[in-house]
Amino acid sequence: MANQYRIGLDIGSTTIKCVVLDEHDTILYSCYERHYSLITQKTREFLSRLDREYIHGEPVSISISGSAGMGLALGARLSFVQEVYATKVAADTLMPGTDCIIELGGEDAKILFLQGTLEVRMNGSCAGGTGAFIDQMATLLNTTPTEMNTAAAHAEKTYTIASRCGVFAKTDVQPLLNQGAKHEDVSRSILMAVVNQTIAGLAQGRPIAGNVLYLGGPLTFLSELRACFDEALHLTGVCPENSLYYVAFGAAKQPSEPVRLADCIEAIDAFHSTESYNALPPLFDSEEELSSFRNRHARSKVPVMDPAAYSGDVYLGIDSGSTTIKSVVISAEGHLLLTRYQGNDGDPVPHVLDFIRTLRTDYPNWTIRAGAVTGYGEDLIRNAFGVDFGLVETVAHFEAARAFLPEVDFIIDIGGQDIKCFKIHNGAIDNIFLNEACSSGCGSFLQTFAGALGYSIADFSQLGLAAKRPVDLGSRCTVFMNSSVKQAQKDGADITDISAGLSISVVKNALYKVIRCGRPEELGRKIVVQGGTFLNDAVLRAFEKELGVDVIRPDIAGLMGAYGAALYAKAQRIVHPGESTVIGLDALDNFSHSVKEIRCGLCENHCRLTVHDFGEKRKYISGNRCDRPVTGSKKGNDLNLYAYKQEKISALRDTHPDNPRRGKIGIPLGLNLYELLPFWHTLFTDLGFDVIVSPYSSRSLYISGQATIPSDTVCFPAKLLHGHVQWLIDQGVTTIFYPCMTYNMDEHLGDNHYNCPVVAYYPEVISANMSDVQKIRFIHDYVGIDHRHHFPGKLYNILKPYYPDLTKSEIKHACDKAYDAYEAWMNDIRTKGSEMVSKARSEKRRIICLIGRPYHVDPEINHGIDRLIAGFGAAVITEDSLSAYMKKEPVHVLNQWTYHSRLYATAKYITSQPDINLVQLVSFGCGVDAITTDEVREILESKGKIYTQIKIDEITNLGAVRIRLRSLFAAIDQQEASQRKEEPSIGK
Amino acid sequence: MESERVEFTKEMRDQGYTILVPNMLEFHFSLLERVLRLNGYNAVVLKNHGPNVMSEGLKYVHNDTCVPALLVIGQFLDALHSGEYDVHKTALIITQTGGGCRASNYIFLLRKALKKAGLEFVPVISANLSGLESASGFKLTIPLLRQMIASLIYGDCIMCASNQTRPYEFNKGTTDRLIEQWNERLIEQFNKGKGLGYKEMRDNLKQIVNEFDAIERSSEPKTKVGVVGEIYVKYSSLGNNGLEEFLKTQDCEYMLPGIMGFILFKIDNRIDDIHLYGGNLFKLLLCKLFLRYCQRMENILIGAFKGHDRFVPPTEYSHIKTLVKGVIGYGSKMGEGWLLTAEMLELAENGYENIVCAQPFGCLPNHINGKGMIRRLTEVHPGINIVPIDYDLSATKVNQENRIRLMLAVAHDQTAKKAQQQVLIAEDEALAKAQEAWQNARQKKS
Repeated sequence: MANQYRIGLDIGSTTIKCVVLDEHDTILYSCYERHYSLITQKTREFLSRLDREYIHGEPVSISISGSAGMGLALGARLSFVQEVYATKVAADTLMPGTDCIIELGGEDAKILFLQGTLEVRMNGSCAGGTGAFIDQMATLLNTTPTEMNTAAAHAEKTYTIASRCGVFAKTDVQPLLNQGAKHEDVSRSILMAVVNQTIAGLAQGRPIAGNVLYLGGPLTFLSELRACFDEALHLTGVCPENSLYYVAFGAAKQPSEPVRLADCIEAIDAFHSTESYNALPPLFDSEEELSSFRNRHARSKVPVMDPAAYSGDVYLGIDSGSTTIKSVVISAEGHLLLTRYQGNDGDPVPHVLDFIRTLRTDYPNWTIRAGAVTGYGEDLIRNAFGVDFGLVETVAHFEAARAFLPEVDFIIDIGGQDIKCFKIHNGAIDNIFLNEACSSGCGSFLQTFAGALGYSIADFSQLGLAAKRPVDLGSRCTVFMNSSVKQAQKDGADITDISAGLSISVVKNALYKVIRCGRPEELGRKIVVQGGTFLNDAVLRAFEKELGVDVIRPDIAGLMGAYGAALYAKAQRIVHPGESTVIGLDALDNFSHSVKEIRCGLCENHCRLTVHDFGEKRKYISGNRCDRPVTGSKKGNDLNLYAYKQEKISALRDTHPDNPRRGKIGIPLGLNLYELLPFWHTLFTDLGFDVIVSPYSSRSLYISGQATIPSDTVCFPAKLLHGHVQWLIDQGVTTIFYPCMTYNMDEHLGDNHYNCPVVAYYPEVISANMSDVQKIRFIHDYVGIDHRHHFPGKLYNILKPYYPDLTKSEIKHACDKAYDAYEAWMNDIRTKGSEMVSKARSEKRRIICLIGRPYHVDPEINHGIDRLIAGFGAAVITEDSLSAYMKKEPVHVLNQWTYHSRLYATAKYITSQPDINLVQLVSFGCGVDAITTDEVREILESKGKIYTQIKIDEITNLGAVRIRLRSLFAAIDQQEASQRKEEPSIGK
Repeated sequence: MESERVEFTKEMRDQGYTILVPNMLEFHFSLLERVLRLNGYNAVVLKNHGPNVMSEGLKYVHNDTCVPALLVIGQFLDALHSGEYDVHKTALIITQTGGGCRASNYIFLLRKALKKAGLEFVPVISANLSGLESASGFKLTIPLLRQMIASLIYGDCIMCASNQTRPYEFNKGTTDRLIEQWNERLIEQFNKGKGLGYKEMRDNLKQIVNEFDAIERSSEPKTKVGVVGEIYVKYSSLGNNGLEEFLKTQDCEYMLPGIMGFILFKIDNRIDDIHLYGGNLFKLLLCKLFLRYCQRMENILIGAFKGHDRFVPPTEYSHIKTLVKGVIGYGSKMGEGWLLTAEMLELAENGYENIVCAQPFGCLPNHINGKGMIRRLTEVHPGINIVPIDYDLSATKVNQENRIRLMLAVAHDQTAKKAQQQVLIAEDEALAKAQEAWQNARQKKS
């Protein structure tokens, strides 16, 4: 009988599944196990078990499927079935009549549309929204996916979490936890993010409806995840029996030549022995090298003192990081007395409470003279415990590094989720690099990976030291590395090679992706490394090898932020004498902490505020972008050109003529139309239209259009257009004007005056993907407003078919008015800008030119960063208010896009203005900014200016933005201070 | 800065500077190399590949830049660092289309990379027809241009004919041997100053198609796959992780639209620009002349396939252009522009309904012309089966191949369904014929 059996093996990214079918397609046997990346061993084990118990040595038909099974199948010359296709075959047999399948796996997410034309969507290079992502989030919450599921059932609300990439989501979740959001709510929000990711990323305009099947591990095990899908899709999907085995079932159904399992196993063994991946040189050539390396680093020690033997003044330093909390106490001489390094379990407050209590009760002979706190949780901890000083992380790390190497010129810190590094120039922090959201999580990635393979992080990294042929995993976003590792394993890399390879890639990521150094010598030669990740010897060694220089790793590499804070507290106490405000024992006993969520209604950002109440009238509000909810005043926004532009646009949007003789025409407020609104609004109003403009973007407006976005990697401002057009249609507008524009206005600042391809042609995407625009008149012809002479005639030809009564002279008149209105608008912004600059100068306020694109004015796109800067008391001006001061000047790139030419011109202008500093907003996925950012940086740095870049996306972690801005302000302070020292005459 | 640019001078040319050319299409570029050499340029098409090309690229170019820039620049730097060339007697050449996508900036990124690597003295030549940059030592003269176009025509011809022969050949390797032979024959002709005139080209092209058609092969149908995409990633095996080699192992026939379509498209854009926005009539005339010349070349290429019914000939550019009417506007010209969309329709029309749309990760024009148009294409041509694949130095081959396999699984399924339908139709027809025969017989009887 056994020779009629068919075996299907599904080897996924994290699990292996197997079924045996009889001739009636009945499942005789099935099993499901994690393989911990030991693919060949596990497969071997499965097959010999099957042979022993069911097959008894007879030839049998066997097929392999699954994302990790391909290499094995090909290598061992077994039949292979693409896994999505296998799913389809299984659904056709087991659940006929299925319209749509949603299958989530370890690292894959798929949607299959079975009715009509078979369409299949798989996640591309992004591993967000999958089982691996849920696992990662569970680790972050210090729980298991199952517990998360249970918690989610009791959620009261859902937060918005970036649904594109796991790493993004992580940076959203962390601040939520730090702000004290409830685990139940966060759990559900994470599951909802998975749902949004799947729908937005994969549906691509095709509605998910009818009989929907839920397949794969996460959807089988997590009932709340299914509930979230049901809710989002407005239907009730089914998770069928054997939902884990559809792929294996489909594979088993594939006809194939019967083979003996013993032969299979032999073929698999033979395949395993070939090694063909790209290997790097080992970290250590010999045992001696390893021991001399260890001896050298053992020398970098901080002076310590026995805490029990000490009595007198002490200084407290706390580094409340994203996942961990570090605390140190130093003596009056700066000797280390006490340290603590622990996970914060999502809430740092109880840990700090416990630490301070320990200090106060166990060491009664100590007098806390001052304390300082740094890190993500700085404000929370400072307010909760009355800590004297707060400082930005970069300054804390610099303070600490200086204690080890006074002439330090470069500091790099790789923590759980962040890479921070900066150069030291003339004793001031210069050139700060923080990792962009896409590659954060380097340290915790190593940890998660170790966990997935069943090792502790310490053991896992030790393995790498002995690796003979480390895997070359390149230097890209760590999320992608999962599949690189998979490939390497397929090619025969063992665990030591993978461990070493991961450590090397963490280093390469930091050097080539975050810092983007060409030659390591650029960084400096006196280097201090810090952060928990460098406690890993493999990472440290890889770093030294890559840089070709010996570096200093303090023995307290993981505690440097806290140590620096303590040193800072000590130094500040000398400058500001007084008593410490750190709370005493009485207050500790009465300490309470409650958290309340409210929505701020003071402006259109509608920040979600978290109000922490610590009893005794001590409150702390977080989540705000400006000071209004705290101080109640609107001050700070008076010198904000972004706010001025917003008001101007709102006013124009509200302008409607009395008797529109030609009816309504809709204009979506997005991309280039942001700036051209006065142009088109005037033009159509003059032609007798009532112009309906969509409002500023909002989350709900975005969601209303997200299902029709065809490319999930296009920039967020473009994605928003779908929501804007949908809004216009929902308003009953039957004519929408959204022209394609290869060329923009020519401002004579560059060699050409293009729009970027996305801005230029996005109307084509709207037209091809939003079925609703087929029902209305969607005018998206190509226009060239740069050809002022030809433009009216061309526009006439475009509009004439829709409005036959239009005359050429009417158009000519309207065009003239439109050009005038545009010019007046731009002039007004320049005038207003220069007014703000003079006012700021007279009030001695800082001036920040926040450069970007015209559409970065949208509050949903800029996330209120303009207000955040204004909240620091600085004036905020725009690039288009300054660029007109410049003529075209040579740059090192092809200067051919109107909006980007302004950036170069503005940067050049700012190099001549000592009191103006630049911050560049960059939308994630903006290909053109890969070019502009480097050039703007070069222009500024050639004249000793500091360059600061902020990457923004659908969701932006404002905590990280704050660090950048505060570091920038700290660096400007230091720069100014050192300039005053150098030129004392000016100071007097 | 523009003024600091190291120009490739006449003296450099006379001193026999090696001019390194990045590789894209092996056959086309080997002929181009020959043509450049015949015109007094010591050109060398780069053959280096491997992990070091990538790491050089990642090291010297902004990592968010699209993958063609990383690879082309990586290939240059790897070559310059290899010690094989005297860096003080070497120049580089790169194309610059002057379009609105990032590709026109590659030359600047290359110069930045050279500077970072301490090689800023190496001159970089821009091969462009937009008047962007010029160099006294390198001129795209009309004779040189004509010879270059001839090389591309030969390349397109051989690519088209060989791709339709190789999957079916009885004796493995026959097709590839013939390609090699023709490479030698053409170079030999070029060296003798032959093979580049209109008549000689016509004869050669006919001969090429004849010889490929003469290769013994089976007529058993195979799944037909088309490849479109960003030009470098579509053609260069370095850019697409050996896509062609992979497809060769998948029991299918694949078709790559020729490079001439892209050249015609780029010329035609200028004409469309003037139509859409107005402009200089003299420029219009000049572009039209050039377009007409290239179309004449295209005609002899297509003509060579006449009478060879087993081959799908290259499609005329003017026909390709009509296919996207109402799908996407002719104003969409950055990168591959509307041509990419049109090529998918052209392939589908010719029976290559299963399409790999290859693009660099984050390619801007592709958000519009590739991924952005797939939905509309499925409406215009139901049954079209497109898989967009992103190429990026960190994207793994496993993932890319897995997605292509899925596309192929669907394709094989469709092929099987079609075959089944054919059987049903045949059965129906047989039944109808039988009934007709019966009726006829009855009528005769009565």
